[in-house]
Parts: sequence; structure tokens; C-alpha cells
Amino acid sequence: MAICSFLPELLCKFPAIDDGTIRMARKSVDDGFKGFVRSYGDAIDAVVQPLQWFLNYLERAFVSSPWILVLIIMVAIVYIGSRHVKITIGTALSMVAIGLVGLWNDTMITLAMVTVCTLISIVVGIPIGILMARSGRVQAFVNPILDVMQTMPSFVYLIPVVMIFGIGKVPGLIAVVIYAVPPMIRLTNLGIRLVDKEVLEAADAFGSSAWQKLKNVQMPLALPTIMAGINQTIMMSLAMVVVASMIGVGGLGKNVLQAIANQFFTVGFLNGFALVGIAIIFDRTSQAFGRRLQKHSEVIHG
Amino acid sequence: MASHAIEVKNLYKIFGPRGEDFVDVVKKGMGKAELNEKHGHVLGLQDINILMPGGCITVVMGLSGSGKSTLIRHINRLIDPTAGEVLYDGTDVCKMNENDLRQFRRHKTAMVFQKFALLPHRTVLENTIYGLEIQGIERRESEKRARGWIERVGLKGFENHYPNQLSGGMQQRVGLARALTNDADILLMDEAYSALDPLIRVDMQTVLLDLQKELKKTVVFITHDLDEALRLGDKIAILRDGRVVQQGTGQQIVLSPADDYITAFVKEVNRGRVVHVETVMRPLSGNPEGMSLPAGTVLEAAARMMTGAHVATAHIVDENGRPIGAIDLQTIIAAMVTPTSHADRQAA
Repeated sequence: MAICSFLPELLCKFPAIDDGTIRMARKSVDDGFKGFVRSYGDAIDAVVQPLQWFLNYLERAFVSSPWILVLIIMVAIVYIGSRHVKITIGTALSMVAIGLVGLWNDTMITLAMVTVCTLISIVVGIPIGILMARSGRVQAFVNPILDVMQTMPSFVYLIPVVMIFGIGKVPGLIAVVIYAVPPMIRLTNLGIRLVDKEVLEAADAFGSSAWQKLKNVQMPLALPTIMAGINQTIMMSLAMVVVASMIGVGGLGKNVLQAIANQFFTVGFLNGFALVGIAIIFDRTSQAFGRRLQKHSEVIHG
Repeated sequence: MASHAIEVKNLYKIFGPRGEDFVDVVKKGMGKAELNEKHGHVLGLQDINILMPGGCITVVMGLSGSGKSTLIRHINRLIDPTAGEVLYDGTDVCKMNENDLRQFRRHKTAMVFQKFALLPHRTVLENTIYGLEIQGIERRESEKRARGWIERVGLKGFENHYPNQLSGGMQQRVGLARALTNDADILLMDEAYSALDPLIRVDMQTVLLDLQKELKKTVVFITHDLDEALRLGDKIAILRDGRVVQQGTGQQIVLSPADDYITAFVKEVNRGRVVHVETVMRPLSGNPEGMSLPAGTVLEAAARMMTGAHVATAHIVDENGRPIGAIDLQTIIAAMVTPTSHADRQAA
């Protein structure tokens, strides 16, 4: 700090705004937000109520159906999606293993959660991605927001979510969607922007309207990239359900949280592997499905 | 069928954010290089005036960067002009509103692209009906029409293949079938055959000529290949640096090239397939001798017929069978081999 003796104080010690002012600003923002929550919290709760119903309904359906029925449906979906015997057998085996170690119900709760999160991310993400692809200005506006959503530590945005919604499934769901939707938006945007200019020109030359162009050319050609986005979204939702368990989401995440708190090594890993199992099932199935949709690009002439 | 001409009038295209501001400077004579250097704008087209007669094939020829692809995109306004008019049936395409333009593109024009621009996720049949689907025509009806054209371009049996499964030549047949299925008066072909190998290219040229005999569409064909231009074009316009250097029939261009640039081009051309017998015949003196050749026969064909018939002289008859001139083998051969130079032409 010898250098400081030669420099004016201003250049040596960062001139922070004084504590009093910061405290004031902090307090007014906090109070403002609390006021906002007090006056609009009920309205917001009412708006997201359908999500709660949907989530509860799906969770009940998953948990209370006989396990054999769920397993059969799951294996059937995996087979229809992937048309791949190995993936199908792998799915059946890992689900049986999960059941054997007593994690069936928790896995069902997590599955319901991830399914709803993925659906919401797709429904929200694809339209935003399309808008971004259509306008450079929207892209310039949305991109920084996505950057914030992806890099902001998830614990930070849990604070306002919990303030508004309290503890429960819906706030967990919103936290997961905030974390999982950016790749969906980004890859939809990218996929549409990468569509061959020549083909778009041809669509224009035949007199396609904007909607016809989107439906017939841009979306189908962007599909592989969009499928990659869906895949990413699923993986990120699965990773996030553990964090979301901190604000009351049940399932495998909650078990992991308890294992951390109590240093239950085995319980932690069992639940962790159950998550990995689901992740791999989702990943392989959605990728195989995506490849099947692209069968036209596989056979290359000569 | 259609006798709809396309008239391009005083068309200018200057690429850049303030293109309109520089039309006047270009009109006063500023060239492409100077405009780019001084103002950072690219001169795409300047003062284009071409009448493309209805029912004929008009070829626009030029090397890369000459503005030929820019020009064809003005006809269906994939590119907006900076100044000028593109008239079709008395309507200025450049002034159409969005909806009229879409209707014009759907019903009056069809386009074939250099890189085919097929939809990779659709089969040959689904690609072919694309134009009709956009128009909202019932699927069964459009499939029927599409199947007809797929068969005409020689792709029967490939209806359910994907473009990736086909060779370049076959893909361009799909492109052609897609354009023809639209049943539009104007057929725009942007370097449609440039990506194909020479043999397939000639093959596809024949397909186009055969179809044109009965369809009589207004075809605008872009190419960088003079041989292709001469084979296909009822009328040829040659573009250089965004300006029309010469326009006329193939014969006019080969026999009297407008400048050194075109002279250099036509030097390599097989004149025997371009020049007609009546162009080099001498006036009839006395009775018609030897075999008779119809006017419009090209020199190569005349030479083949005469040598086949073992005659050295022939007379040329018009469409009513009246003799209009005489020719001998020596004249034919001389006309086929003499390289015309710019100087020769001026002396003549």
C-alpha cells in the first residue's frame, strides 16, 4: 500500500456511494417489491393456478396409477418415439431398477415435474424464438435477457419467486422454466436463421405468405436444431429439479437435498443415479426421434 | 397460348443504404468502380431496357457479377429496383402492393433456381405441388397435375423419393416440374442448368425446347454460357457490369458483335449452328440448281444435307417454297470457319 501514499485518495480506495444511500435505495426497492407482492400476489397466484392444477393432475396420474401401467406406457412411448429396441430395453431395465430401490414414487413426481416444465418451455420458447428470428431488433433485446437467465445463480431468482408465490410446486416450476427455457429460445432462433436462403427465396418466388413460409419451410428445416433445443431443455430441467426442491418441490430432488443435509452417501447416489437414468431415457429417445424425423437427409445420392 | 411480353424500362439497381440518392449521378455517367470507391454503393444494374417478347425464350447472358441474376429477380421482384419499371400486361410489377405481388408470383410466374432450391424434407411429388398448395388448390387435383409434369420431365417412378436421393440433373428436373406445375405464363430460369454436367445440360436444354414448342411460355433464361444462350434464345441480351451491351437474335450477335468484349466471346462459338443459310446466300442468278433448303436452316445442317446428297450447290426456298437465293458448299464452309473480328465487321 506504499503506492497509495503517492496517489490521491480518490484513485486508491474505490469511491463507493455511502452506506446510508445504499441502504436507503435497497430498502425502497425491497419495500416497493413487497408492496407489489402484497397488492398483486393474489392476482398472480390466480393466473398461475391452472399450472398448479395441471401439475397436480399429472402428478396424481403418475403416482397413483399402478406401476405396471406406467411402465408399459413409458416403454411404449419410448419405442414409438425411437423405434429402437436397445433404448426400449434400457428404459424398462432402468425403471425396474429404480422401482427395486424404492424410488418409484419419487421418480414419478420428478417425471411429472419435468414433463410439465418441458411442455411449458416449448410452448413459451418456440414463439419467442420465432419472433427473434424474424426481427434483428427483438433478437438484440431478448439475447441479453437470456444471458442473464442463464448466468444468474438460480438461488438469486428463487428469492423473488418465493416472495411472490411462497413455497410449493408452482414456484419450483417457474424457477425450473426460467433456467430451462433459454436453450429452447436460442436454438429455435438459430435453426430458423440457418435455413438455406435459396430455399426461402424459392418459397417467396412461388408466392408464399409469411405464415406459409414459416409452416412449410422454416419450421421443418429448423426442426433438427429445435429438437436439440428440446433435448437441452429436458436435461436442464432435470438438473434444476434438485435446486427447486429447496423451495418445496418433492421427488428425487428432495431426497438428494436431505442426503446432503444428513451426509447420507448411499441415498444421495441412489437418487442421483435415478435422475441420471431418467435423463438418459429422455435424451436417447428424443434424439432417436429427431433422427427419425430427418430420415430424408440420410440417403445421399451417389 | 400466352402472348404476354415483359418490358423492362430504364431499370436501375444500386445496392446500398442510400441507393436512390445516386441514380442521378449514375445517369450522368458515373461508372461502377467510381461509385463504389466514392460512395461505397454497388451499381447492380444501369439503364436496362429489354423487351422480352411473349411466348419466346429470352436469354440474358453475362459473366458473374454482370447483374444477370439481379435482373431476373426484378421480374418477380425478389429484388426491388432503385428506379425504373418492369411492365407485364401493362402493369408495373414494381408498383404492386404486397398482396398483388403475392398473387402475381403465385399465378403469373414460376422460377427455376441454379441450386435447385428444393425442399429437402418433401418428396419429389410434394415438392412439385408446392406452388399449387400455396395457391390453396385441393390436394387431389394438384397431385394429378403434378404427376403429369413429373412424367413429362422424365421422373416417373421417382415421385416418392427425397431430393437427396436424386442426382443433380434429376433434382433440376424436379425444379422444372415444380415450375411447370404452377402453369404460369412466365417461366424464370436463373442459371437453371449451370450446375449440371455438360451432357446433362444439353439434355435438359432439349427438354426445355421440346416443352416450349407446345407451351409457348414467356421464358427468361439466365446463363453465363454463350453456347447455351445461342441454342435456347429466340432473343439474347448480353450484360456486362450491369449494362446491356448488345441485344438481338443469336445470329445478329455472332455476325455483328457490338464491341471487343462480345467479339472475344463469339470467337469460340460454333458458327455453323447459329448462322442461317439465307444470311450467306447469294442472289439467285438463273434457274435454281441442286437440292432445295428451307430458309432458316443452319449452315451445319445444310452442309450435312448437301454432302449427304452429293451436291455442291443448293438453292434456298422460303416458307411458300419459292426460291430466294443460292448457295454452294464452299460458301458454307467459308462462313463456318472464317473468324469474324471486329475489324472485319466494320469493313463489311
